[in-house]
Amino acid sequence: MSEATTGIDATAGTFEPRIQAFVCNWCTYTGADLAGTSRIPMAPNVRIIRLPCTGRIDTLFILKAFERGADGVIVSGCHPNDCHYTAGNFHARRRFAVFRDLIDFLGIDPDRITFSWVSASEGKKWSEVVNDTTERIRRMGPFSAYHGLAGRTP
Amino acid sequence: MRDLQDLAAKLLTEKTVGLVIGWEAGPRGARPSFVTDPKDAGKLISDNRCVHNLAAYLSPRRPHLRGFGRIAVAVKGCDVRAVAGLLRETQLRREDVVLIGIRCGGVHDTPTGVGPLTADNLADRCVGCEVRDPARCDHVLGELPPSLPSRGGRRAARIAELEALDHAARFAFWREELSRCVRCNACRQVCPLCVCERCLADKTDPPWIESSPHPRANLAWHATRALHLAGRCVDCGECERACPAGIPLNLIGRKVAAVVERRFGYRTTDDPQVPAPIGAWKPEDGQEFIR
Repeated sequence: MSEATTGIDATAGTFEPRIQAFVCNWCTYTGADLAGTSRIPMAPNVRIIRLPCTGRIDTLFILKAFERGADGVIVSGCHPNDCHYTAGNFHARRRFAVFRDLIDFLGIDPDRITFSWVSASEGKKWSEVVNDTTERIRRMGPFSAYHGLAGRTP
Repeated sequence: MRDLQDLAAKLLTEKTVGLVIGWEAGPRGARPSFVTDPKDAGKLISDNRCVHNLAAYLSPRRPHLRGFGRIAVAVKGCDVRAVAGLLRETQLRREDVVLIGIRCGGVHDTPTGVGPLTADNLADRCVGCEVRDPARCDHVLGELPPSLPSRGGRRAARIAELEALDHAARFAFWREELSRCVRCNACRQVCPLCVCERCLADKTDPPWIESSPHPRANLAWHATRALHLAGRCVDCGECERACPAGIPLNLIGRKVAAVVERRFGYRTTDDPQVPAPIGAWKPEDGQEFIR
């Protein structure tokens, strides 16, 4: 994701949100793969980064995505009790819960982030997560407050 | 005060410990004091200016102090919670330290405070204090002073004010506050629970937290610091006291503590056996924010 490009298409005057997804290898990535091979239509705004487990998703990744120009973030992994590593998603759930309330307090609308559980068989659910998040972020507009923090427009 | 000096001299003379960490009077109020010679024990003080949480010196980040062998450290009831945090995370062995508990009648909001405590100059964390009589110490000194001046918590009120704002206004508030941060890392250095030998913020390849002090980097640093202290912060208030830019860091710490208590039923405690809330989990943890 380049800092030099914006999500705004100047020619059409419309805003296309840039959404960064952090997903676990075992459930959501496979689910997203299923959505793709099943030819389920999906918004093209989401870029996926695959990680071994939601437990590997440091909340700093989310801030980093915003720093680098993302307007929204999706974090998704295995349903509770389905973790490939037994408890990674339980640990992650606690961290995400605190993170969400913290950034809310710091003035970042937590609606910029979608947390979801998507299993390997839920290609349909993944497409809904992608489409709903894209629509929501489109309505919220570019995250210029955060992108402007460095004193320059991304 | 006298009994602290006598006890320090006794421990040093008997070679029970090689170092006593307490407080002494300095040119600008109370300051931490390190006594290795029993003859120097007379300079130790314990009064309402002793705001410093000396448990910070027990952190494994300060290995040079371990060279003294066993260390005796003077602690208020609230400071014991930081020691418990280090014990809980196996950063400290209980037998390596002698805890000298000081019964506490509250402290000033700065070490330069003078005179008796009033509702005005009382440190905010002392409001509603439940640990004036320190627990789990090897020695407990002093008489329990009269109860604290009563008033409402200022930080709680300020947090409520901020929560009443909308996201844009809150973001502007923190952007303004954090823009003053010069990334001196005083908040990290003074924190008794910031125990990492190598801090994430010092890693430069890749630079997860940018080292230059601008609002974007400062937000990432302070958000990360707050998260790393979630369920670990003991509310000693040292980060905000040490901050040369006067950033209200305690507001963030208190907010996170409230979240941790509401969600996981955890309150900071002086019992090292109680598991930390982050790192533990329950199948029934709330997940109303996950679809």
